[in-house]
Amino acid sequence: MEAAQAAPVKYDMEVVKWFSIAAVIYLVVGTLVGVWIAAELAWPVLNFIPEISFGRLRPLHTNAVIFAFGGCTLMATGYYMVQRTGATRLWSNGLAWFNFWGWNLVIVLAVITLPLGMTQGKEYAELAWPIDILIAVVWLSFGLNHIMTVAIRKTSHIYVSNWFTMSMIVMITYLHVVNSLAIPVSLTQSYSIFSGVQDAMIQWWWGHNAVGFYLTSGFLAIMYYFVPKQANRPIYSYRLSVLHFWALTFGYVWLGAHHLQYTALPDWTGSLGAAISLAMIIPSWGGAINGMMTLSGAWDRLRTDYILRFLVVALAFYAMSTFEGPVMSIKTVNALSHYTDWGIGHVHSGALGWVAMVGIGALYHMVKKLWNTEMYSDSLVNVHFWLSTIGTVIYIVAMWVSGIMQGLMWRDYDEYGALTYTFVESVSAMYPYYAMRTIGGLIFHLGTLVMLYNVVMTVRQASVARGTAAVPAQA
Amino acid sequence: MSDHDKIYSTKFQDRIERSTILMFVMIAIVLVFGGIVEIVPLFYLDRTMTHLSPDVKGKVDSQEISPIVWQRKAGQSLDDWKPGDGVRPYKPLELAGREVYIREGCYLCHSQMIRPFRDEKDRYGQYSVSSESMYDHPHQWGSKRTGPDLARVGDKYSDEWHRRHLRYPREMVPESVMPNYAFLDDSQVDVATVRKTMEVMNAMPFYPANYTEADIQSAADATGKTEMDALIAYLQGLGNHIRFAEGVNYRD
Repeated sequence: MEAAQAAPVKYDMEVVKWFSIAAVIYLVVGTLVGVWIAAELAWPVLNFIPEISFGRLRPLHTNAVIFAFGGCTLMATGYYMVQRTGATRLWSNGLAWFNFWGWNLVIVLAVITLPLGMTQGKEYAELAWPIDILIAVVWLSFGLNHIMTVAIRKTSHIYVSNWFTMSMIVMITYLHVVNSLAIPVSLTQSYSIFSGVQDAMIQWWWGHNAVGFYLTSGFLAIMYYFVPKQANRPIYSYRLSVLHFWALTFGYVWLGAHHLQYTALPDWTGSLGAAISLAMIIPSWGGAINGMMTLSGAWDRLRTDYILRFLVVALAFYAMSTFEGPVMSIKTVNALSHYTDWGIGHVHSGALGWVAMVGIGALYHMVKKLWNTEMYSDSLVNVHFWLSTIGTVIYIVAMWVSGIMQGLMWRDYDEYGALTYTFVESVSAMYPYYAMRTIGGLIFHLGTLVMLYNVVMTVRQASVARGTAAVPAQA
Repeated sequence: MSDHDKIYSTKFQDRIERSTILMFVMIAIVLVFGGIVEIVPLFYLDRTMTHLSPDVKGKVDSQEISPIVWQRKAGQSLDDWKPGDGVRPYKPLELAGREVYIREGCYLCHSQMIRPFRDEKDRYGQYSVSSESMYDHPHQWGSKRTGPDLARVGDKYSDEWHRRHLRYPREMVPESVMPNYAFLDDSQVDVATVRKTMEVMNAMPFYPANYTEADIQSAADATGKTEMDALIAYLQGLGNHIRFAEGVNYRD
């Protein structure tokens, strides 16, 4: 991705700025909703009106963090990286703005419809069918713009980050279209054309690959660009990137079936999913090592560079989650872990520890570059870093304990061969951990408020100019 | 040729990296395998569905065990079905209740999928089989048990218990963390929507409900019923469609 020419390129960065600010705001909102629903499980009195009851707000939380925060982060970084690695402007700045307003319209519609109970009842794909169509159109506008910008690049090779983003664009299109096929009853209500076992498999093919491509490939694109940039060193191994990319792209698609071990899904499908899940440790750790080793010889910078801390701790959580996931897909472990809070803990070690942290690191990096300034306060970045890390650790420890405890209580027999515990005894035993989880989430959420304040103050102190003159990327 | 051109893993990878089209096509191809291998066979392999699975089907055909799927005879109405006759499409009121179940996100805390373990059998009953959810568009297997599994909750408690529990869960179960659903008493079932839903279920490309015109007309029985009534009717119909025989392997 070295520069093909010496003359400064004028990039289309205004839309990237807007996506970045939107991402920070949605992170605050998404985690706030998360804290609220976590509190509802500890103190059910908080479900005081139907619109904010757990069953309706939980989809709003997942949609807000995945599609609002995650989406805006991916689009901000996607447009940023594709221009800088290709030393070219966007193929269409206008389409990028359509993308921005369209995506935000989706988010506004989600905020309105989900609390009203307008849902398709498919986990992580709840939004009503007209919104699904809007998502498809806006997503394709992002995809087209990204791929066409790759096509008009001034550099010879396509940089590795753009491979990952492209794989996300293609896979999410497949998944969204197939999983959302439904027959409408009204404008707000529809039913999936698939049922039972086939629907369950398609649902988790979508569900796990939303994790695999949206929250992993998309954010690995961020890792492959922002870790080298922030560390000011080239990526550790090009060959490892190639291996990481193709193995992940081929392998991740198979994993969804491990969500359905011991269900009415045929045994062969779940076992196949689990086998490939185990094999996925290799490319995942290859990628994590590739990122970590990029810091080889520059580890001392972690003492002073707080943005780099976010990126490196994110890689540690990525390595941890991609080890934990395959372990949980082993049938013996899954028999215990499935249906428990362990799954929720696993998701959050990935979502808070990996996705949010690497996204936050990239956002701080971009804010400095886009507004051509230093952060308003570096020590507040450090405060945010510790709030995020401590909050995440408290959250996942609470869920490990509660999850394993649930699994053990449910299967426990007394000396007479009767079940030791009623179900509700397991519910009341969860109270301290649900309270602890709420506190962990709240600490993480406080960190996002610190970030919002810091970013707003940084933007205010910077001179804002439309378009950014910059030299092409050197890394 | 700059130095950069010497750093490549294979010639083919180098070619891919230089071509947007080749990169796009390679990605698009590599991504389809997992889905095709794991999903497509589920639509045609007989063993996927309990009622088509050779062993189980043989036993049903020889009347050794009760039917898995209800074989409706001409002229029979949905009310002619008795528990144990096999899986049937939802009755109109149940269908309305199912929509409430989906709308309120019940599946986020309650699974409807019992696994073949001793403790789950003791706690919830016979493990679930695939044909039991064949009319579930979409499936409601769930992924989390903040509350207990509901796959066989039908007939386990009285209607009155459900009504009081749904209104104020802590009145019946003090330790519960379930939200109060007293507001379901305040809304009536919309018969026109139920009819439309039945037509949609008939139009499904996979496992259509095959409601008759008389079935759709019978939705009028739901007139005046509340969403609470509908949800209870749905819950009371869960898991009692098949009469399972002891010692028979219903899953391959």
